[in-house]
Amino acid sequence: MVTEVAVWEALAEIPDPEIPVISLVDLGVVKDVAVDGDRVRIEFTPTFMGCPALDAMRTQMEEAVTALGGEPQVDVLLDDSWSTDKITPAGREKLREAGFAPPAPRAEGAPTLLQLQKAVHRCPYCNSAATRLDNIFGPTPCRSLRYCTSCRQPFEQFKTI
Amino acid sequence: MTERAQLLIELADDELILGWRNSEWTGIAPFLEEDVAFSSIAQNEIGHARALYELAARELDTDADALAFDRKPEEYRCAPLVQLRFVPDWARTIARHVLYETADAIRIEHLKEHEDAALAGVAAKIEREEVYHRLHAEMWLDRLGREARYTEAVEELWPYALGVLAPELRPALAERVDRPEVDAVERHAPGEEFAELWNEMTMVRRSAPVGAQW
Repeated sequence: MVTEVAVWEALAEIPDPEIPVISLVDLGVVKDVAVDGDRVRIEFTPTFMGCPALDAMRTQMEEAVTALGGEPQVDVLLDDSWSTDKITPAGREKLREAGFAPPAPRAEGAPTLLQLQKAVHRCPYCNSAATRLDNIFGPTPCRSLRYCTSCRQPFEQFKTI
Repeated sequence: MTERAQLLIELADDELILGWRNSEWTGIAPFLEEDVAFSSIAQNEIGHARALYELAARELDTDADALAFDRKPEEYRCAPLVQLRFVPDWARTIARHVLYETADAIRIEHLKEHEDAALAGVAAKIEREEVYHRLHAEMWLDRLGREARYTEAVEELWPYALGVLAPELRPALAERVDRPEVDAVERHAPGEEFAELWNEMTMVRRSAPVGAQW
């Protein structure tokens, strides 16, 4: 008998395919889990729309449910239910430890150029606020590139969306 | 085809083809950071196209790939602005970028209020990423806005930019970029330049039997 708790625990073991230090649950992409007998329905709310890891995430969730003896149904939501505010506090801390600056809170509104250039963005390595925006865009849709002028280290900043 | 499916396909075609044109800068942009930026913007736009085709596909009982790649060139509904090939002209590329992102913002704001919850939801999700495209366009406008090559390009592309939007949204664009509304270059059956793009874009898919699994 598959339980919702067991499914959540299994999903919390799946690493993000591109940033493996955090799990899919930390990332906030699992909106809901519903169990009905053997059938397990997962509502999956994707992150960035052009992210090539989305298919891999979906497959891994299906495999995790199958391993528990359930029949998976992963529904991909195309609505606006994911934002970077859905990343858990534990997920943010894991990002920082891996040298990846976590996103600023979105609750304050959509980002502006002034905010990207002037607001405090701390270096994940030395915690200095003396960092500058090098590129709004980065190697994947979720990242911007910044540079820390204190420890002279370029680093990746998770974009706030 | 319903009006809803038609609208979704127009939007998706715009995003797919602009994404494709933006991707032509991968590896040849004037400096590396722009190579990264245009490639990333292209990836976002194609991601938006995927979601929009997906919504249309659910209604039309097909799939997103079939809508993106299996139609005949004359069946695409993209605005003429996104079809134009500008490589290696950076001024016109940036002029299109600024104009398209400004027009697209108006269109998305409007769609977010749509009575169809699925359409409104996908528009709100797209908007989260488009903000960054506009910030990038804003930086370039600040840098090139007073250069003759840039202003000439805007002059040339202005009727095309109006053609991205439905007629009722055009006054908002004219106001936002502070230009008089003129006759728009409307959506029409795509021409020669698009045919070349289509040929390349669908080449690999057409090389395999219909229904092949990749």
